[in-house]
Amino acid sequence: MDDIRLLIDFGSTFTKVVAVDLGREEVLAAARVPSTVESDITVGLGEALKKIEAHTGTGGLEEKEALACSSAAGGLRMVCAGFVPELTSKAANLAALGAGAKVIGCYSYKLTQQEIQEIEAEAPDIVLLSGGTDGGDEGVIIHNARLFSRTGGAVTNIIVAGNKTTHDEIREIFSDNRKNVLYTKNVMPEIGVLDVAPCNREIRELFMKNIIEAKGIARAKAVIKDVIMPTPSAVLEAARLIADGCEGAQGFGELIVIDVGGATTDVHSIAQGKPARADTIMTGLPEPYEKRTVEGDLGLKYNLDRLLELVKGRELPPNFDAIVKGFHEGKLPQTEEEFACHRLLTCLTVEVAMSRHAGRVEVVYGPTGERLVQHGKDLTGVKTVIGTGGPIIFSDRCREILGYTLFREESPFSLKPENPKFYIDEQYILYAVGLLSQVEPEKALSLARKYLIQI
Amino acid sequence: MKNTPTIITGTVGMDAHVIGTKIVSRALKDAGFKVVALGMQVSPEEFISVAQETKADAILMTSLYGMSELDLKGFNEKRMEAGLGDVLLYIGGNLVIGRYDPKEVEPRFKKLGFDRVYPPETDIVAVIKSDLKKDLKAKGKM
Repeated sequence: MDDIRLLIDFGSTFTKVVAVDLGREEVLAAARVPSTVESDITVGLGEALKKIEAHTGTGGLEEKEALACSSAAGGLRMVCAGFVPELTSKAANLAALGAGAKVIGCYSYKLTQQEIQEIEAEAPDIVLLSGGTDGGDEGVIIHNARLFSRTGGAVTNIIVAGNKTTHDEIREIFSDNRKNVLYTKNVMPEIGVLDVAPCNREIRELFMKNIIEAKGIARAKAVIKDVIMPTPSAVLEAARLIADGCEGAQGFGELIVIDVGGATTDVHSIAQGKPARADTIMTGLPEPYEKRTVEGDLGLKYNLDRLLELVKGRELPPNFDAIVKGFHEGKLPQTEEEFACHRLLTCLTVEVAMSRHAGRVEVVYGPTGERLVQHGKDLTGVKTVIGTGGPIIFSDRCREILGYTLFREESPFSLKPENPKFYIDEQYILYAVGLLSQVEPEKALSLARKYLIQI
Repeated sequence: MKNTPTIITGTVGMDAHVIGTKIVSRALKDAGFKVVALGMQVSPEEFISVAQETKADAILMTSLYGMSELDLKGFNEKRMEAGLGDVLLYIGGNLVIGRYDPKEVEPRFKKLGFDRVYPPETDIVAVIKSDLKKDLKAKGKM
């Protein structure tokens, strides 16, 4: 019998299912139906599974083994609170993003009552506390923990990932408290050291155990095996597998994935990002090998206003204003003119998101002459750029769009890729590759090789 | 009371002469301190943010190229603003250009907020023994 796997993504708008044949390493069918998280998630799921069944003859047996990821019900919403903005606050932010979260607030220093109220109003799924290197500052994280201990039901899950010497005192603060408080390793145990992996695991576990339950996503477990991670996390897992390979199979090497969506644009880089020139000095917090950034203000559906600010001063295609007004009302591009406008906006999104993700160098003039100082990752040498997300994969000129990720002579200080090959996730299967990588990494990699199309 | 004081070391500003700060860091480690060695070309702002996160007890800066006064412009005000008024500040090395009289230079650096100012070729081991331990004890940090 064929070994068929079903991989599911519960999105905020659509529930997507992909059926892959592991034996033949082939995508058999894909289905997309409106999500029904608000009422009962299993309704939409059942509908999508029925569509798949019609094509492949799968049934309960395969469904029981199916794995899913989810960004439904607002995704995994997190607030980070650290000490110094460019140190432990940034470290917490990187940890949350790396775990596939949507960071809805990032705070520094001792929190105020007003900030706590702001956070309570946001009702984040998880609050991540950092602050102090191990053996370093204790005041800020303890102060913040105390404020959170007095919050109501809007804050229930707290992860403590700061100075380890404060754990005992924080435990005491929460001792007669009903909140679910977890302790993990410091995201910045020493200056210049970023240790986000233990915190990532803690976040993901909490997501699987509590958060999908609270959001009603866990009901899907009546039909399928499990919801194992947030969707962005699945894409990051896929990116890592495709870059690094797995036992018995080589990967593509260092790469970038750019995912343009309706509300946000995600950029993932799997790359060391070390300076290309030996005499460059690195400054700032080292960034993770697997880095994800999310541009919350760049999306082709919900963030058009912000994009319109960016087009100012550029040459615009005919009827631009009128056509964009249509996009505002939810229209999708159909005519050649509309496509031109949509493409311009997508190109800008890609350009800005990539510039924010990539590191930069700065020339500093001092008494000893010129020096290059690098902040963030040098991605000039990355040889693979993968595009995904509707606005890219449904465009007939996706190569032109991905070209906006490139290094440019006019802005030589932005360390974007110089000469990469471009690939398109044509069938929108990256999340499925990420899910499958957890159980069948070799097969997942073969699928990626087959279905990522070089352009 | 803390048992092991935390000390930050580094060359300040644009100076890339790293040997001095390496010797200082080594001597501090040998003397049993917890050392956060930032290496060369550390901006005043980086000294401040690192001191905040590590709850440092002292900062020992070194400089050789003679331009440290320029590099340290505004440092004292910033560290006061950052709540680090209690952190001990030492600096040593070739602090101004050319041959100079340390007695003349010392007050200028004291004005910049430094508790101790050392001329070139200072014996760091002796400084740790005679000054640093005494100053830390006086502040109740040892």
